[in-house]
Order: sequence, then C-alpha cells, then structure tokens
Amino acid sequence: MSTKKKLEVVGKARRRVDGRGKVTGQARFADDLSLPRMLHAKLLRSTHPHAVIESIDVSRAQSYPGVHLVLTGKDFPIPFGIMPVSQDEYPLAPERVRYVGDPVAAVIARDEKTAEEALDLIAVKYRPLPTIASPEEGLAHPEPRIHDYGEQGNIHRNQSYEFGDVEEALAKSDHVFEDLFFFEGNTHLAMEQQASLATIEGDGKLLLSSSAQNPHYLHRQLSRVLQIPVPQIRVIACQNGGGFGGKCDPAGHEFVVCKAALMLGRPVKICLTRQEVFYVHRGRHPVLMKYRTGVTKDGKLTAIHLQTLLDGGAYGSHGPASIFYTGVLTPVTYELPRFKFEACRVFTNKPACGPKRGHGTPQGRFGQEVQMDKIAEKLRLDPAEMRLAMVTKPNSLTASWLKIGSTGLAECIRQVVDRSGWKQKHRKLPEGRGVGLACSAYMCGAGVAIYWNKMPHSGVQLLLDRSGQVTVMCGATEIGQGSDDVLAAIVAEVLGISTGDIRCLTGDTGLTPIDLGSYSSRVTLMMGNAAVQAAGRVRELIVTAAAEQLETLPERIVLSQGRVFDTADSGKSMSFVEAVVLAEAKFGTLGAVGSYAPGKPPGKFKGANVGPSPAYTFSACVVETEVDERTGLIHIPKIWIAHDIGQAINAVHARGQVIGGVYMGLGEALMEEQAFRRLPPKLSSALVHRIPSMLEYKSITSMDMPEVEVMLIEDPDPNCPFGAKEAGQGPLLPVMPAVANAIYDAVGVRIDEVPITPDKVLRALELKRAGKNPRVGPEYFPDVPYPEPMFVLPPGEGGDGNEIKDPARKPARKRSEVAAS
Amino acid sequence: MGPDAARELHRRRTTMNTVTDQGIAARRKVHLTLRVNGEEIEVSFAPYKTLLEVLREDIGLTGTKHGCELGECGACAVLVDGEPLLSCLALAVEFEGRSIETVEGLARGTELHPLQAAFADHGGSQCGYCTSGFLMTAKALLDREPEPSRERIREALSGNICRCTGYQQIFESVEEAARVLNTLNTKRAGS
Repeated sequence: MSTKKKLEVVGKARRRVDGRGKVTGQARFADDLSLPRMLHAKLLRSTHPHAVIESIDVSRAQSYPGVHLVLTGKDFPIPFGIMPVSQDEYPLAPERVRYVGDPVAAVIARDEKTAEEALDLIAVKYRPLPTIASPEEGLAHPEPRIHDYGEQGNIHRNQSYEFGDVEEALAKSDHVFEDLFFFEGNTHLAMEQQASLATIEGDGKLLLSSSAQNPHYLHRQLSRVLQIPVPQIRVIACQNGGGFGGKCDPAGHEFVVCKAALMLGRPVKICLTRQEVFYVHRGRHPVLMKYRTGVTKDGKLTAIHLQTLLDGGAYGSHGPASIFYTGVLTPVTYELPRFKFEACRVFTNKPACGPKRGHGTPQGRFGQEVQMDKIAEKLRLDPAEMRLAMVTKPNSLTASWLKIGSTGLAECIRQVVDRSGWKQKHRKLPEGRGVGLACSAYMCGAGVAIYWNKMPHSGVQLLLDRSGQVTVMCGATEIGQGSDDVLAAIVAEVLGISTGDIRCLTGDTGLTPIDLGSYSSRVTLMMGNAAVQAAGRVRELIVTAAAEQLETLPERIVLSQGRVFDTADSGKSMSFVEAVVLAEAKFGTLGAVGSYAPGKPPGKFKGANVGPSPAYTFSACVVETEVDERTGLIHIPKIWIAHDIGQAINAVHARGQVIGGVYMGLGEALMEEQAFRRLPPKLSSALVHRIPSMLEYKSITSMDMPEVEVMLIEDPDPNCPFGAKEAGQGPLLPVMPAVANAIYDAVGVRIDEVPITPDKVLRALELKRAGKNPRVGPEYFPDVPYPEPMFVLPPGEGGDGNEIKDPARKPARKRSEVAAS
Repeated sequence: MGPDAARELHRRRTTMNTVTDQGIAARRKVHLTLRVNGEEIEVSFAPYKTLLEVLREDIGLTGTKHGCELGECGACAVLVDGEPLLSCLALAVEFEGRSIETVEGLARGTELHPLQAAFADHGGSQCGYCTSGFLMTAKALLDREPEPSRERIREALSGNICRCTGYQQIFESVEEAARVLNTLNTKRAGS
C-alpha cells in the first residue's frame, strides 16, 4: 500500500462474518444438507484387527427391500492416501483388513435404518492374522507385515538426522540429562460427526459436499480413485463442526458416496456415527521419547539427542510428516548448538494416527519442557530465568537450518511470570499446591505442499461491481477457527470498508482459487498474504480512478471507513461506491487475483523441507495446581498464557483461539486418551477402542475448565499479513508440560507421561513415601534400528546446509579450494 | 441424561427393530401435530424416530445438531415446556401437544435474541456446531434465573460439550446476555 493509515479493522473486536449464521442455526453443515431422491449409505466395518477377507456374500443385502446398491472392495481397485508416499488405503478394503473399523462394504438404501438393517445381512468370511498392538510388538515381530511397503518389517518410516557432532558435545557438557517420556494418543472429538453428500449436478458433473478441512487434496484424491478428470468433480467443504486435524485425510466414506452417486444417478448421503468417528481417528500419535540433553553448569544447552518412536496405527495417513514433527521444531525455542533427531513410525493394527492440533509437536515438546524443569531444579536455577537466558534470537538460524524470523518468546515468558506471580509462588506455595511453567513454538504453515509443485499455496480472487459489492473467493476452509473472518478483515482493511460489506465464498473447488487447506496453521499467513495482494491490486485501480476524478495524486488518496479521499484536502472526497463506479467505467469489470507461496528454506539436505515456515509463533504458559494427596485428584484453579501472535486480526476471536487451545491441551494433559484393549481370545483377541463414546472418552467440561488469562504479544512479523501470525495450534503446546511441572512443584512427583491421571499421581506419591524415585513414566526405550544419521553441519560450524557425506564429517571443499591445494 | 436413559433408548430401538423385522407395522408413519416455536406443524414420520430426527429430517429444522445421538454431548438440546431436553433421547410421538422450542425460534424476526447476539459478539461460538444446544440450555437458565453467578452458569451448561471455545467465552456470552436482558426488562417495567 502506498499510503499508511492506522488499522481500522484488523485487531479490533468484531462479530465474525459467519457469526450470525451460527447462532441462528442457519449455518449449513454437511449433514444438514438434503436433496430430492436422496439415498443413505452405511458402512460395514471389520470386526477383526488383522485378517484376510476370504469372501464377502452381499446377495441377501442386495435383495433386501429398499436397498439400491451394495459396494465392496472390488468396486475400488485404486488406493488412496493423503500423501503421495502413503497411498496405502482403500475406500473399502479389498482383501485385507488392518484394524477393527476398517470399512469392508457399503449399503446404499432408501433410509439409514434400511441400510443399517441390510448391513447385518452381509456375510464376511475372515481369516484372522496375528496382530500388532504396539510399536514395541511391531519391532519385535517383523512378520506378518501389516503392509508390504515401508522400511522393513512393520516399520513404516525410519529416519535420522544429526546437526553437528552431538556425542562430542554431550561428552564436553557439564551435565547430561537422560529422560524417557510417553505421550498417549488422543483424538480430535470434533462435535460434528463427519458427513458427506454426493450428487450429480445438472451439468452432469460430480459434486461432493463434505466435512473436510482440505478440499483441494480431497479433490485430487477423488479424481485418482474414481478415475474421473479433476475438472469433472467439484468439492465443497461445508461449514465444519470443528476439525482439529480430524478432517484432513480423505476418508473411505467420501469415495463411497461419490461412487454410489455416479452409479445410481441419485444423491447419496452418509453421516458417521460417533463410534465410527472414534475408529476413523487420524489423531495424536502415541509417542515414546528419549531425550539426552547436555547443559553447561549455568544451564545453557549444548546438545540434544532425541529419539522418538511413534505408534502409527494401521495406515500411512500423514505419518511421513508426523514423524518429522515429533522433533523438527525442537531447536526453535532455545539456542541449541547441536541436535540429533532419530524417529521411527511403526504400523500397528489400530486406527491410523495422523494430524491433531499441533501435529506431532506436542509430544516432543512435552518431553523437552518437562526435562527443562528437571534441569533447572538440578542446577538450582529458576526455570523461567534459565529459559529466558537462552531464547532463540530473531532472524537467526537453528542448528538444523530453520530460519527464525520474529520472536516474542522472551516477552511471553516475562508476561506470564509477571501476571501469575510466579516469583512469589514457585517452590514457595504450601505442600499440595504448585505452579509450573513451559514454553513452545509453532509454525505458520508448512514450507512445502503435501504434493510436490511450484505453484502458490493460496490464491484469492476479488470481484467488485458498480453497487460496491465486494466478493472475495478463496479455497480456504472454515473449520470454526475464523478463516472467513480473517479473509474479510484483510480485504476490508486494504479497501477501507467494513467486513459487513464483504461476501466471502470459500472452500469450493468449483468456484474458488486453490488454497491448500486448513492445516499446519497456514491459513492466516498464506491466505492472508494472497488477500493482501489481491486487495492491493484492486485498490490501485480504485485509487487511480478516484485520483483522476478528484484531480489529485494517487499517492495522496486514502481509503478509509467507506470513503475515498485526498489526505491533503478533505474537501476532495467521494464514497467507496462512487470510486468503484469510476474504476469500473475506466478499467472495465473490476477484479484481481493474489497468490502466495513461501520462500525457499535455507537447508539443502534431503528432508530440509519439513519444519521451515515463513514465521514461527511462541507461547509461554504458567499453570497453577492443587493436588489432593489422598485421592490424587488434580485441580487447576488458573492458567496464564502469553502468545506471540504478531498481530491479532480479530481481538475477540484471537483470544478465543488461545483459550480453546489451552482447553484442548489441558484435556490432553489430564484425561483424554485414545486407548485400546484386547478382547479375550475367543473373541479373536481383537484390539478394540477402550472408550468409543463421548461419555467415556473424558474431556474437560464447563465444570472443570479453569479461568484462563490470555496475553497476546503483538509485534508484527514482516512476512505476515499486517504482521499476523497463527493462534490455532501454538497455544495448546506448552499446556501439557506446564501441568506436569506444576504437579511436581505441588507434591514433588514426576509424571513423565500424559494423561496425568489421579492413579498415576497416587502411585508416584507411594513411591515417594517409600523413599523411591517418585516418578511414574516409561522405564524402557526399545532397541530401534535407526539408520545412520544424515550429517549436516550447523550454520555456526561452517556448514552450507548440505548433507556431509565425508566420513570425517568435514564440509566438502569448494572447487576453488581444491584447485588451490 | 445418563447411561440409563441411553440404555432405555437402545432397548426401545432394539424392540422396534424386532417389530420391523417381523413386519412393516413399525414402518407405517404416524401423523400428528407438533407445536414447534409457537407454530402447529403437522408431520408424518416413522414412529421409531427421535424428536431430533423428526425436527431435522421431517420438519427441516436443521439448526438442532447431533454429536453422539446417545445423550452425551448436549448438541441436540431443545426446550420442551421451557425445560432443556436432549432430543436425541426422546421419541417424537411422545411430544404431541407440548411446546417445543428450537434455535430457529429464538430470534424475533430478524432481530437476534440477546443470547444469540452475545454468543456472536463475544466468541461464544466458534465452529457453531454445539451453539444451538448451548443457546437453548442457557435460555432455560436465564428464563429461570435472570442473574446467575458464573458457578450457576457452569453447572447449567455442564451437560453441553464444546470442543472449540474452552467454555470461557461461552460463560462471558451468557453473562453479557443476562445483562442485556435485565436492562431490557427494567426498561419495559419502567415504561
């Protein structure tokens, strides 16, 4: 923009643009849609965790009154998967089931009840196979293989990176801390159960309306699996009733309703039951971690050697990315000269794990931040001061070649310390009460798309007409996080109008420019930058036309509050609508597009594309606890959180995102777990979900939720639209370790795993009373056959970002040096 | 509404299944009149359908949502004679002659109910999926207790699950709506 003005829309507290529809019940979620002649689908799911399908007899179901179609794996010869390297799943399993819940057949009938009744008439003959219940079992039993691809046996992915000589650094450290941690899996539990409606539109093309966070990726997968050209398919991501990562993967039922609609020529709808949603899952990976961390005697990190072991479940899903995220952001918070990161993902016969809010990072961060607390205690340092002394610097490179831009971590720590009364409370509260602190960092979008391409990550199109109507179109998906409001606010700010003057059209692959989707906290930054560009281009047209009419210079024109005027002469002014009319008369139909793609990351080694982001957010959190030593019950009276957001787009909703993240993190810390149990052998030893209902899968209720005090640190980031960074995922991350650290401060026991339940607290207290190590957590890290690490020299040690293949770990000499020697 | 109610519903539904398997008697639609948002609505539906299903599928009021259909989440809460009810656990045939209120009936014309306005303005609604259940439950509370404490609000809403907001901005929205409603009532009383 040529003329700076004070922000008028961005940062203000405002009713979000989709707010009214949501409180009147008019917002249309996928299951709210209904079409004439619509049929209903239900899926038959495997009752075996691992089996060969010997036969499926659907004849009785097919002839059941009211049934229109029965589909099986035979109807879907082509597999799918969210990533190009994880095409390992079929909409309906053709010959093999890999978890209880794997879909094997579908019935399409006149109503849900008929479809459900017909499911009972399908006879599937299974030949059970031995099952793998955990990564440890998977490592110990390479046969039978759950998939015939992957690294070896049941190892899906296995990788190792070393940035600088870590063993050397650990050997030179004053102290080396070694700790094991475990983070149990948990699930998204979005309030909306996934639903999808497929139909053939009047033009003969397929339309899928679905609960989906990433319509663009779904669009591509539909084309691939159904063998229909992409332009013959339209995907609309409906309003999502919460996502949290659970609607990122394409899902079997989406292909099923599309196929059925194509075969029958009628609309076909499905809505999963809550139990099915638990089995579809794609949630937080259970992760076992081992941290070996070297420090100097004054608490500065010298090196970290991190090993992670992920329980992937039955399919690849986002696994190839998840495995990276268990460690790749470890060096972002504190200065870390050297870093070694080994990670392994193992297939098991359970629902596939995938991305959940924070995607892989919460697990690693939990271990790291609890260990920091142990280090501070051992070195007799204040945990806040110790962290403050080594926060990463703005515009620096980590040992692993991540470029850090702006950072407000130090300010976050100072604010939570100040607001919580940390100095008066830590190690000073009476027995049973305590405070804990933890920090984190997160990315604002991934540097690369899920499939390799050189095109923009987000596109925005603006259309204006002579009435002053402004329509903004973008493929971004509203999942409740407020992306439509961000889009409207940015356009409104640039054009000097209000968000109420803007119509948003989003998440429709038939009408909107491509945006990669609502994942990895990318929307505000990427869609926002595309919107700034599109709106800036339209603004130029309006300014040129208005300046001509007002007989002034374009650089003196300001657009503000629905007016267009000369800053130097307030008499020269017109309404926004008048200016649009002039611009349309001068230039023709008004519109513009904008797009955004992140820059190239500094690292050049293979794998350097995972972790880089155009900006990082930082958070710090203090949790206060009261622990009842008789019952082990944990009460949380209050949480303070500071989040480095760059610039809030909407003050109310930015705060809402932060509190919502804290809420979800607190649930993970205290109660949420996606755990499985084995049925007795006579029932096939099946691995079934322990608690597939909302009543038994415990989440924080209105009675449990503590007061959260939010501090937004606003220091605009130059890579971001109006400086705005993410808020959807980052604030969740420090909560779990802060809770664990607070419990230690309260009763002196270490619970090195989540969820931290009363029974674990009691067990640790018993150990404490018996004079034993008062700790509950994993005791053992299995022997994982990690590969030889890819060795990369950190920037501070003369590296150039490439892998060093020389066994002496010296950088390859430049050609000029070779010539000189 | 606890597990007992869920079991009871399951029992009823299973019984229905048996009936269905034996013949088509249970498939024959019933025809009755429901009073929804002050309007008499004639509707035909299969007798095994829940009030939730009839509202959404047969009357077209999709503002009421479902999150579990087992009485665990509160998304389907409607008011019956002013009291919150989980419509996923109730058979519609039992509600002839009762006054049913849904989210669609909250606004007066185009003017939002103060609860709706407060939820929209104060972050009480993010994805919006649980919102109608919260609004109806909160309305029942404010109709009974115009100035509830934060604790009372927490208690009244404890059967409703929200995964987005962390509840805090919902509490704040209800408190704001209570203030607005009380101001309106004082004005009305004064005029």
